Amino acid sequence: MTQTAHPRPKPAHPLIVRLTHWIGAYAMICMILSGWQIYNASPILPFTFPHWATLGGWLAGGLAWHFAAMWLLVADGLIYLAYSLISGHLRRDILSIAPRAVARDFVAALTFRLPHEAGRYNAVQKLLYAYVLLAAIALVLTGLSIWKPVQLAPLTALFGGYDIARRIHFWLMTSIAGFLVVHLALVALVPSTLPSMILGRPLRRPAHQETQP
Amino acid sequence: MKSLLRPRLADHAGTIRALERRGLLRGALSLGALSLLAGCDLTDNDAVDKVLWAMSRWNDRVQAFLFNPNRLAPTYPASAITRPFPFNAYYGIDEVRTVDPEDWRLEVSGLVTETRPWSLADLRALPQEGQITRHICVEGWSAIGAWSGVPFRTFLTRIGADLRARYVGFRCFDDYMTSIDMATALHPQTILALDFTGAPLPPAYGAPVKLRVPTKLGFKNPKYIAALWVTNTYPGGYWEDQGYNWFSGS
Repeated sequence: MTQTAHPRPKPAHPLIVRLTHWIGAYAMICMILSGWQIYNASPILPFTFPHWATLGGWLAGGLAWHFAAMWLLVADGLIYLAYSLISGHLRRDILSIAPRAVARDFVAALTFRLPHEAGRYNAVQKLLYAYVLLAAIALVLTGLSIWKPVQLAPLTALFGGYDIARRIHFWLMTSIAGFLVVHLALVALVPSTLPSMILGRPLRRPAHQETQP
Repeated sequence: MKSLLRPRLADHAGTIRALERRGLLRGALSLGALSLLAGCDLTDNDAVDKVLWAMSRWNDRVQAFLFNPNRLAPTYPASAITRPFPFNAYYGIDEVRTVDPEDWRLEVSGLVTETRPWSLADLRALPQEGQITRHICVEGWSAIGAWSGVPFRTFLTRIGADLRARYVGFRCFDDYMTSIDMATALHPQTILALDFTGAPLPPAYGAPVKLRVPTKLGFKNPKYIAALWVTNTYPGGYWEDQGYNWFSGS
């Protein structure tokens, strides 16, 4: 088979989606683990995160990581959102959530019968990805509101003031951490999705593509 | 190059802290998970450290840009004051140092025309202003307090400070040190606080004089001030030299 006779099939995930996914994942994990370090300095719940699970070594290190990785996360998120809005990826692949399809795919997922095609999101995936995008945006906004409660006072007030904004920021983090657990569990259940998120295609091309004229 | 990671032991004792003031990267253990992800060498903390310091300097510039000299920190009614107001320092409350208010003098130096020391009575004779604002600690907690004293802009004008200089540095008699940018020093809510909730500042909160800066985190509000100077040379600070972001604006 030659490339000229058989042009590469369209990748399951465009390169820009794969790049922003992995950079965003790295930035988000940095934010979560350094956030745990910051949380530990003044816990709002009767527990602290184990030291080994935190990033930065101590409060100053955690803050330095948090305020460095935030630029990576925001830049990455803006590039992804700009691409997704312009290309139609967001509208076509994520926001096209039909409630009935969600119910159907949710039941299918719970009974391990959820169909999975590389590059096409099922309704449960759409719902989860739409949520995680919204939560990430809300995390950035609440984060800004507790970083700059004077300069961005109206934003802080919108979230109910500094102390409440800080708690919302924490609970949004918790929901993203929860998403990560589900997301990774689903990848473990359907491991064939992993190569296509890295390479843009499955490890082996499906047979029908090999035999096309 | 200072390092941001340190062993956990140092979280407790001020003495250990003082010995270990060399860095942002201390106690590389917790870096493990991320280093694996990043594929970077665990033993090469210096490179990570340099990036973190560079980003912190970048964040100083961004915050200076975001700082609006006319934007006032939100103020609160007296009923919102946090009681008791939390004590916080780099040492415990039983180690608080005190001075005789009669003997205390504020020394002034650097880019100023008047270098005579100031007594408490001198400061009381200047115009006074009060505020009820939220004190936000770098650790994340916050508390609302009532401070009053001399608007710092008034004081800087009285000592003939070069208001175009970049920094004002503060040295405290509890061996603390910090510094702020001139734009913040001139902010209308930045005050040399002499009183706390209507009475002279008690020892726990910085007697006899602290700088109240509601547009910055708590550690940028020096207590027990002994001397200040106006300068164009970056003065750093007790926590800032260890890795806390220098600007730390709210």
